[in-house]
Amino acid sequence: MLFLKSADLERFLAAASETRTVYVPVDVEPKKSAYRKWTPGTAVSKGLKTTRSAKDFFFPQTEDLVGFRIENKKIQILDPRGEEEDFAVFGVRACDARSFGILDKVFLSEPVDTYYENRRAHGLILTMTCRRPAETCFCTAFGIDPASPGGDVAFTETADGWYVEAVTERGRDFLAPLGDLFEDRDGSGAEAAKEETRAIMKRLPLADLQTDAFGGGKTKEFFDRPEWASLSEACIGCGTCTFVCPTCQCYDIRDYDTGHGVKRFRCWDSCMYSDFTKMAGGNPRLTQKERFRQRFMHKLVYFPENNGGEFGCVGCGRCLASCPIHMNIVKVMKTLSEGQDES
Amino acid sequence: MNPETLIPHPVVVEDVRIDTPDVKTFRILTREGDKPFDHLPGQCAMISVPGVGEGMFSITSSPTNRAYMEFSIKKCGHLTSWLHALEPGMEVTVRGPYGRPFPVEEDLLGRDLLFIAGGIGLAPLRSVINYVRDNRERYGDVEIIYGARSKDDLVDYREILEEWQTTPGVRVHLTIDREQVGWDGHVGFVPNYVKELNPDLKKTVLVCGPPIMIKFTVQGLTELGFAPEQIWTTMELRMKCGVGKCGRCNIGAKYVCKDGPVFRYDELGELPDEY
Repeated sequence: MLFLKSADLERFLAAASETRTVYVPVDVEPKKSAYRKWTPGTAVSKGLKTTRSAKDFFFPQTEDLVGFRIENKKIQILDPRGEEEDFAVFGVRACDARSFGILDKVFLSEPVDTYYENRRAHGLILTMTCRRPAETCFCTAFGIDPASPGGDVAFTETADGWYVEAVTERGRDFLAPLGDLFEDRDGSGAEAAKEETRAIMKRLPLADLQTDAFGGGKTKEFFDRPEWASLSEACIGCGTCTFVCPTCQCYDIRDYDTGHGVKRFRCWDSCMYSDFTKMAGGNPRLTQKERFRQRFMHKLVYFPENNGGEFGCVGCGRCLASCPIHMNIVKVMKTLSEGQDES
Repeated sequence: MNPETLIPHPVVVEDVRIDTPDVKTFRILTREGDKPFDHLPGQCAMISVPGVGEGMFSITSSPTNRAYMEFSIKKCGHLTSWLHALEPGMEVTVRGPYGRPFPVEEDLLGRDLLFIAGGIGLAPLRSVINYVRDNRERYGDVEIIYGARSKDDLVDYREILEEWQTTPGVRVHLTIDREQVGWDGHVGFVPNYVKELNPDLKKTVLVCGPPIMIKFTVQGLTELGFAPEQIWTTMELRMKCGVGKCGRCNIGAKYVCKDGPVFRYDELGELPDEY
């Protein structure tokens, strides 16, 4: 089995960077890491996950959709996109890797979103197992194995380096010319490391989180539950949960007059915001309760209903760590499924 | 059409007709003078004024109209105010068509049809009415109940008087909310008028108007004995993409832009009351 020694990481990233731009997680300030372009000397974060998810690579926070130039009252329409370049994202955890599959179901279903599709086609995903999962982690509740993170190439972390396995054809093609960077090792070390990750997951506080109560076809069961009022009471509608969420993909489209033309761009939006559904004629979701309910109903009922039972959450725990009022999907799931037992 | 669904096409506003104090009907053509694309009755399209924004509007012209495409638009917000300032010859952009149409070639075929519209709610139904008139032999009796705040607020009044009322097998009942000088027709709200007219229970109903009017009309129809499975309506929610991805028009597991805007009333009953 291929093994990359810790000391050879720099060599590996340098080699990978010869054929594409490589992004790695970097500690940008205490307790905050973000993906940055790798250049020689860049220190790769040893943290568990980046503050924001990896969805930006395929669904960036803002992107230009269309350009308009208006001359002699005639509208000229421009596609602002250039040639998409190959890139790789290193250190993607299992939760974020799964989120790409969820985003695919939205953006690659007909009619295909070609902005997203282009980035997916050019992005190589180098995943990494979670050697030290955090107390906020609950990916296993959604059937994700943090010891088998998927992507194109999977790195299994150990004390002195990584076992490296190609998962896809694209991953195999990427690794093929890099052979001399790796040692050949017996795979038992990889298995031991994976088992250790799985064992830690079982001991974590959210290990017993159950999803059975939720799923498609349960709109009537949950929509009018009285608990939504108390659950949403303290929500300030800041939308932080949506922004850090790897699967939240609602977007806005807006026009911006640059002074010498008009740019139409899309940007992340949030169903938690009061103007999300606001029309000239009124707003069907008048209070934060309805907006809050929408976000969780979508992840736990509506999305699975439309996507073969798959939930719109990967248990990355970012919303648990970032919500200013300490509300999150785990509390919502527990409260709603407990109430159900009583009824 | 460009396969890029989010990239619109420039079109020329060929004609602007003032229908009411706050409704104008815009006739749209490509620069080459063609209809921008084909559609089915009840489908919508995104119209934009670059720099101002984009909005979803129902296509009010019938697919049987091969010459041009029309949109009846009520001035009620930012974008619609800009649209109302357009003059013939100016350009806007359009993309579409979007959504599920009225089932003109399925459930409605051969049926007696009852159209019930309130105010600008006539816009999507007009597409179906003219489609049915142009394929008259394939549908049964047509009855149209249309109401507005006043005589001046009736959209397409001339077309109703000159073309619809003179089509064999088509009956039109007009009503306005309050008495008005120069109006000797019916006065009263649409839901009450529907009950007064006591339509035949065999009819298939297509209803569109302000949410409150739809609600009371359907309530009245139910009291008369109509089943939800006989009633079709079309909805409106805020939309950005038009293709079920931006998340804005999501109600329950449905997206109004792609699973609607046309719904049968029993299907709406399955959705949470959030529209």
